[in-house]
Amino acid sequence: MDIAEAKDFYLARFASIEQGLADDGRSWTSEIRRAAIARFAALGFPTTRDEEWRYTNIAPIVKLPFSRGGSEEDGLTGERIGRLDLRNLAENQLVFINGHFSSELSCLGRLPNGVMAGSLAAAMSNSKAKIEPHWARYADYNGHGFVALNTALMEDGAFLFLPQGTVVEAPIHLLFIATAPDEATVSHPRSLIVMDRGSQATVVESYPGFERAVYFTNAVTEIVVGESAVLDHYKVQLESERAFHIATHQVHLERGGNFSSHSIALGGALARNDVNVALDGEGGDCTLNGLYVTTGQQHVDNHTRIDHLKPRCTSRELYKGIMGGKSKGVFNGKIYVHKAAEKTDARQTNKNLLLSEEAWIDTKPQLEIYNNDVKCSHGSTIGQLDQDALFYLRSRGIESRAAIALLTRGFVSDITGRIKSAPVTGWLEKIFAPKIEVITADKGKL
Amino acid sequence: MLIIKNLHARAADSEILRGIDLTVKTGEVHAVMGPNGSGKSTLAHILAGREGYEVTAGEVIYEGKDLLQMAPEERAREGIFLAFQYPVEIPGVSTTYFLKAALNSVRKHRGLAELDAMDFLALVKEKMKLVEMEQGLLNRPINEGFSGGEKKRNEIFQMALLDPKLAILDETDSGLDIDALRIVAGGVNGLRSKERAMIVITHYQRLLDYIVPDYVHVLSDGRIVKSGDKQLALELEERGYAWLEGQVQSS
Repeated sequence: MDIAEAKDFYLARFASIEQGLADDGRSWTSEIRRAAIARFAALGFPTTRDEEWRYTNIAPIVKLPFSRGGSEEDGLTGERIGRLDLRNLAENQLVFINGHFSSELSCLGRLPNGVMAGSLAAAMSNSKAKIEPHWARYADYNGHGFVALNTALMEDGAFLFLPQGTVVEAPIHLLFIATAPDEATVSHPRSLIVMDRGSQATVVESYPGFERAVYFTNAVTEIVVGESAVLDHYKVQLESERAFHIATHQVHLERGGNFSSHSIALGGALARNDVNVALDGEGGDCTLNGLYVTTGQQHVDNHTRIDHLKPRCTSRELYKGIMGGKSKGVFNGKIYVHKAAEKTDARQTNKNLLLSEEAWIDTKPQLEIYNNDVKCSHGSTIGQLDQDALFYLRSRGIESRAAIALLTRGFVSDITGRIKSAPVTGWLEKIFAPKIEVITADKGKL
Repeated sequence: MLIIKNLHARAADSEILRGIDLTVKTGEVHAVMGPNGSGKSTLAHILAGREGYEVTAGEVIYEGKDLLQMAPEERAREGIFLAFQYPVEIPGVSTTYFLKAALNSVRKHRGLAELDAMDFLALVKEKMKLVEMEQGLLNRPINEGFSGGEKKRNEIFQMALLDPKLAILDETDSGLDIDALRIVAGGVNGLRSKERAMIVITHYQRLLDYIVPDYVHVLSDGRIVKSGDKQLALELEERGYAWLEGQVQSS
């Protein structure tokens, strides 16, 4: 397919799903979906001529006529999920197959009264009053073709609602598994997390895929952190090495809200991850941590935008990347301090480690400030493995590959050290180990 | 144990070593002295396997094997230890984890079982006493934020832990005040044994008041220009390197 054909392909897809919406009580979403698909028709897919997509060419995604990923489990047994080794996070686990909620594979521990955790599609039909004030109110389908496509074509995803003052201790794991048994599939998982005033939770969103599977995940998650609510959020992208992954997290913070995001990107052939935060109440606090590790021919693009809209908000951002082989990383972080946002305190740092001659990083930190009474800083670095450190470790008997692994782990330790949840730390440690193996092997080849 | 024959080496475009001959036997302590730029540290780095030098002639035989063919980690496992002049700070890597990895790789090579956490900690505590090192340093990243004295003590502590056959001390005295020098030298003396050889590289005679060598060699412009016993160091202290350089030129 070329780009024009791909556009028609997705427009036709919309026509076919619109019918179904009326039948199950979700017709109230039609108006927004129609607006979104109209925007998509106008915007089309982004190209490298768009400033926001300058470093990422999405042409490989539009070439393939992805079929709709079904909700069937396709041999997705407990054993196969077991291989993802999620024991640490299995207490509250919502499982989605190609974006469709699977109640058989999901389980929930004891949750406080009033907490809702399940399928967004079901909540759209049954709990419209909870969804309508938020759904598609934050993620901007007017400016972003993939968000428009997700808004128009979404079928399901996760819905979490925490009522005022509730605290959920164990992490809530949203597990989005892609399957593509016979042909390339596409899914548009759409999630909504609403934290009411003073509530607290830890949420992990993970996106694993199975080896060599070709598919496209186009995910959007909207998050509302109410007054003085606290959300510790993890996104772990573990797509297959042949998969495409585009995701937007749109976060809205109210007065005194506290949001920390840890975005970890290890998988995918081509991945793009947007995290956008609007600090829309006085005294809000947001921390964005990011870690991307790429090998082989991977391309991983991280975009963040923090809008300081109100006074006395704090933002801390640290993104770190390790690129090996012929892989390519992108960091594009913007902090936008609006006129009303006096006493803003914002810091942004991006650090990159290139492990091979052919690895590449484009880094673009940006600050735009429209208020004089603020404290802001940003910076980015690109470095290679410290040869003195490597020799020091080897001179103590540590084999070259193990020494490289130690140094790369050391490089990311300030990111991994910021993970607050113990079960998440344990889980990530297991996920991270094989990736470090691959990247040190990649390095060893050169 | 170590035979260096006619060793020539260059870094980038300049020839640094121009024919070093040195034989070190088990149990001996050799001091290598010389002015800045004479090639002392280059010699230490080449023995430990640092990249960036090209050996253009000569050979180094360590316990009957061609040392120059071995990777740095193999040399360490075979019993060579370099105490760095400038120990490297490595942020994010815990000292304990590093020591355990190093010790176990060396032990494995020597056919010894890996130590479990309890035995490891007991051994570490014992060896730390040798250089009066504080245990809190174990919880910090490698050398990060260590004072100059702490870094040098950490080197000698690692040497004690890894129990090498041949220790090369590269200007271990540089940057140390007299108290720290006493502690570090005390640690080194505690590790002298019939089973271990040492090459002590230093610019100043001062260190050799504490670590008394069996032999002293003077390096100048990439060659050993004079060898003798500990008296040579004292003579050098008195008359300065210029004295020797003058002798070499006139000979």
